[in-house]
Amino acid sequence: MPPLHSVKVTVNGKQYERQTEARTLLSDFLRHELGLTGTHVGCEHGVCGACTILFDGQPIRSCLTFAVQANGHAITTVEGLAKSQDELHPLQQAFWEAHGLQCGFCTSGILMTLVPFLEENPNPSEHEIREALSGNLCRCTGYQHIVDAVMLAAQKYATSKT
Amino acid sequence: MKPPVFEYVVPESLDVALAVIAEHGGDAKPLAGGQSLVPAMNFRVAQPAVLVDLNPLAELDYVRQDDDGLRIGAMTRQRRVERDALVAERAPLLHETMPHIAHPQIRNRGTIGGSLAHADPAAELPVIAVALDARIKARSASGERSIPAAEFFQGIFTTALNPDELLVEVAFPAMPPWAGSSFVEFARRHGDYALMGVAAVVTVDERAVCRQARLVYLNAGDGPVTAKQAAQLLLGHLPSPEAIEAAANMAADSEITPFGNVHATADYQRHLARVLTRRALKQAFERAGESIGLVVR
Repeated sequence: MPPLHSVKVTVNGKQYERQTEARTLLSDFLRHELGLTGTHVGCEHGVCGACTILFDGQPIRSCLTFAVQANGHAITTVEGLAKSQDELHPLQQAFWEAHGLQCGFCTSGILMTLVPFLEENPNPSEHEIREALSGNLCRCTGYQHIVDAVMLAAQKYATSKT
Repeated sequence: MKPPVFEYVVPESLDVALAVIAEHGGDAKPLAGGQSLVPAMNFRVAQPAVLVDLNPLAELDYVRQDDDGLRIGAMTRQRRVERDALVAERAPLLHETMPHIAHPQIRNRGTIGGSLAHADPAAELPVIAVALDARIKARSASGERSIPAAEFFQGIFTTALNPDELLVEVAFPAMPPWAGSSFVEFARRHGDYALMGVAAVVTVDERAVCRQARLVYLNAGDGPVTAKQAAQLLLGHLPSPEAIEAAANMAADSEITPFGNVHATADYQRHLARVLTRRALKQAFERAGESIGLVVR
């Protein structure tokens, strides 16, 4: 058995400490060690974007980072978006209302890509949204309803601020 | 699709990292952003015995300006380079190119040094380093040396680095006055590996006559490909559409050696090179002209 490394990490505001092999990918660590299965694993080589999470607030591919590298860092997964069981994040709500998902496999990665994107670009054009989505593959929707959902979320953000 | 077992080392300083790498010879791999190495490990194409994680080394994360130009630490994230005001001002070509590199999710982890050391012929940063005459600083436990970018890239995934050396910094000389640059590429989707791409750097005199020119291509051979004869055709001439056309044809027909792949035949890559070279040169000359208040047509 290869040696285990201690990982102390904050995920969705909660502190965890686990022992893990160095080769454990962060995506597998989140799912198997912490039971946070909202982060999905698609291609495992950085192409599909399904495993996107926030690492110190920035979106990254969790399949291209080892869990040991998260030691001392803060992570947000899709489980950390909704305020409560009853209240979705505004972007999640918009995905629901605009039918921004079908099978849902890509959705968590897309949400984790778009939450920081919308914070930086609260009023994006369709072109900017499509460009922001270029690192996330969806094989069901043809993207149109995802783009609609982001537009709707941007509107909701704007209205909620006025 | 899971990486093989390896020994994981977190060095507390660059010196310790260099000592560990020297001790293990070629068996130890430095882990920078991991955006190329980790996929290769997931596929088990790469199976390093030891990984030396450079990520905690804040001493390699910097953008500085001094008399020689711009110095960027190897572990500076690509996203930081993309957004750095000093880079935008002093190395506009580098600034312009950064958003073409993969996706933000990749650039948030990927580092400038990692991409240069990886030396993928389809990557943007090696092309920019050659186009701007960058110097790459390599350090080992026994010393340090500075390697011109043109000598650094030696083939597909192959560089001038010795097994015990780490790429620690890349330095971009100040752009000469009356210079202009441009980077253009063509990819099937934003963020994909480009099928073809070119960086153009030109210098003009007060009459807008071309005095220096450099054209460097990605995905056009086994490393960044410099089209010297095409550049030669431009020297001493006004950047007329005819002169630009001649240079583009020379580069596309005679100087690049694209391999073709599943997405594009070599012929199509040459076609792209012709079109992209015209665009890049036109824009570079316009920018050089703007820098001296000329209107170049």
